[in-house]
Amino acid sequence: MSRLVVEGLTIRLPRGADRDNAIEDVSLSVAAGEILCVVGESGSGKSVTASAVMGLLAPGLSIAAGRMALSGEDLRAQSPEAWRAIRGRRIAMVFQEPMTALNPLMSVGAQIGEMWRVHMNLDAREAERRALAALREVNLPDPEGALRAFPHELSGGQRQRVMIAMALALEPEVLVCDEPTTALDVTTQAQVLALIKDLQRRHGTAVMFITHDFGVVAEIADRVAVMRLGRVVEEGTAREVLTNPRHDYTKALLASVPGLHAPTARALSSDEVLQVRGLTKTYVSRGLFRRRKPVRALDDVSVTLKRGSTLAVVGESGSGKSTLARCVVGLLGNDGGQVVIGGAPLPKRRRDAARLVQMVFQDPYASLNPRRRAGAQVAQGPIAAGTPAVAAQREARDLFALVGLDPDAVDRYPHEFSGGQRQRIGIARALAMKPQVLVADEPVSALDVSVQAQVLALLRELQARLGLSILFITHDLRVAAQLCDEVAVMRNGVVEEAGPIGAVFADPRSAYTRSLIDAIPGRALFGL
Amino acid sequence: MRAAKAYLRSQAALIGTVILLAVLVMGLGASWFYPADPLGLAGRPLQWPGANPRFPLGTDPSGRDIAAQLFHGARISLLIGVVATSIAVVIGIAIGAVAGFYGGIVDTLLMRVTEAFQTLPNFLLLLVLVAVFGSTMGTVTVAIGLVSWPPVARLTRAEFLTLRTRDFVQACRVQGLGDAHLILREVLPNALPPVIVYASVVMAVAILLESALAFLQLSDPNVPSWGNLIGLGRSVLRTEWYVSAIPGVAILLTILGVSLVGQGLNDALNPRLASGR
Repeated sequence: MSRLVVEGLTIRLPRGADRDNAIEDVSLSVAAGEILCVVGESGSGKSVTASAVMGLLAPGLSIAAGRMALSGEDLRAQSPEAWRAIRGRRIAMVFQEPMTALNPLMSVGAQIGEMWRVHMNLDAREAERRALAALREVNLPDPEGALRAFPHELSGGQRQRVMIAMALALEPEVLVCDEPTTALDVTTQAQVLALIKDLQRRHGTAVMFITHDFGVVAEIADRVAVMRLGRVVEEGTAREVLTNPRHDYTKALLASVPGLHAPTARALSSDEVLQVRGLTKTYVSRGLFRRRKPVRALDDVSVTLKRGSTLAVVGESGSGKSTLARCVVGLLGNDGGQVVIGGAPLPKRRRDAARLVQMVFQDPYASLNPRRRAGAQVAQGPIAAGTPAVAAQREARDLFALVGLDPDAVDRYPHEFSGGQRQRIGIARALAMKPQVLVADEPVSALDVSVQAQVLALLRELQARLGLSILFITHDLRVAAQLCDEVAVMRNGVVEEAGPIGAVFADPRSAYTRSLIDAIPGRALFGL
Repeated sequence: MRAAKAYLRSQAALIGTVILLAVLVMGLGASWFYPADPLGLAGRPLQWPGANPRFPLGTDPSGRDIAAQLFHGARISLLIGVVATSIAVVIGIAIGAVAGFYGGIVDTLLMRVTEAFQTLPNFLLLLVLVAVFGSTMGTVTVAIGLVSWPPVARLTRAEFLTLRTRDFVQACRVQGLGDAHLILREVLPNALPPVIVYASVVMAVAILLESALAFLQLSDPNVPSWGNLIGLGRSVLRTEWYVSAIPGVAILLTILGVSLVGQGLNDALNPRLASGR
């Protein structure tokens, strides 16, 4: 029998939004012991569906039509008090961001124990006993210690385990997971997915799992619902949808999921345009009362980038890959070693360094000044370097055309562009300086998968046309495989392994590289 | 455009704008409504409002027309408010921007200076400044500006601290742009909205500070300010209270207007609040 049923649900957006309804005529059902994955890109309405099921619609949204039922009981008729009794006890939720979903001032044990104290009026000792058992069940390494720990003392993956322990504390009938692994590293993601699947099987919980990643779907789903612009366009068993999609949109989405197929190796130039020699960078946090242990972000890192090629630097969070990027463009000073571009050390003066190396940033929303026109932000670098303003403006228009934007869009402000278009502006801005080396710091990780494919195609095309040399920082091996010629795998500030990307991925020498490849979600389906 | 629309939708902002416009018209039209010297003797002293049709708001203890002083006083109060606020905002932004943008030792030094100013009660500091430099209109205005900048500096610094690490600022560094460009073109425009809102508070306080000085007869006695009029009424407060009450109400309304405009600006310039209603 279906634990959770949603029928013909339509949720209206406030007036003035880009469409009338957040979701339209959505019908879903999740049975006991089943995992339903709701997949879609940003703006598809998948998160709105989840919050409606939790009775947590954002202000301004209202249910216009449809029915929601939990084990046969109508959810739309519940009063706010009744909702409070249902939420947490009968329907639980795991959020995307494990840092902000936990109270930073309460110990982990107290937060889990609160579930039993509030919903079942258990005393503190019994609550603690059960909290300990719950932490054991989610495989935290030191459950007794975790009980007394505060959220900031745990890693992201451990925090997400705590969230899962809390969500499952009262044996809910339905568990709603909203992108629970998106903020996690790939190896941690694999562990958390395995944990959710294991617990769900043992408790027979019905799970509604929201995600944008078809790799994750392939790992965990029993059934799949694909959403687009507020509508469910395709629904079926995981096998059906993943191997034999019927709707064109599903086909397109699946096609844009990058595989781990490295391109055939090209002959690379022997000219090393960028040489990083023994770079060392240590972060020391100075405080008045305590001195924390210095963190070694880069430890004797040496990599080389050949002219006209792409070098991927892959690693998980904390590996030092972003620090490396910032040192190479001169945003951060280094404590030892050297960055050599085109045969000479990176100049100290900002203006001189700007002609040699440019950067594309991760977040397309944060990397453009919201109060200045897009074209001006592209043209300002050349103008500062001495190009006459009129010529720089004309060049900005040409660059807009080059990156696939309308040249007349130079007069628009950043908020008038989509995420993918903004990233194109960021690329145009970097190219305006005609740099020898382009550093791209996770340029596609904030984008939807179909947009991701477009931006990667653009980078590839630009490289072919302009002979760009790209240092490509990413956490995603699949993305690296699509674009890059060589790869350097980093871990804890050290280069673990480096070489041609096809060779490294086919036959990794380091155990760490192997574990990264094994952890890629949906590998069995999308192939290595 | 969006901010302007949000501003016009807010009722508080509209009321505030109307009040401020009325005060502005009073001030600008003062010489046209009352061409004679407002400080010249006009008639018998201490006539109640309405008692003599020539003086709709009565006369003060020296026999000067209260209505004329009120109109000319509007000009003085607004002028002091605007000029003193500009001084405070310019000093505050300059110090806050430099401290927040560069951080480190520069920040520490500038913030200690700011704290030194903040720990002194600003009215006391104002009294000292006026006592030392005299109480002409100019010195009073500058002195008010000089005691009002520390909160502006703190606010600007806080905005700069969060904005300077944003990617778009880093992107401009990578493009080879100088610090002056980064501060003035990139960070400042994004830091400005809360400072503009706070400027309305500074302006209200500036008008009040001048009135308080005048009440103690430490402001410029040769100009017809509202504060001076209140000070004149002090000796006859129990019998002819209207002498102090009429300019008092004028000050109250003006500050209300300034505050409402500030509130409206806050709602309009803060996108999260604007979309919430």
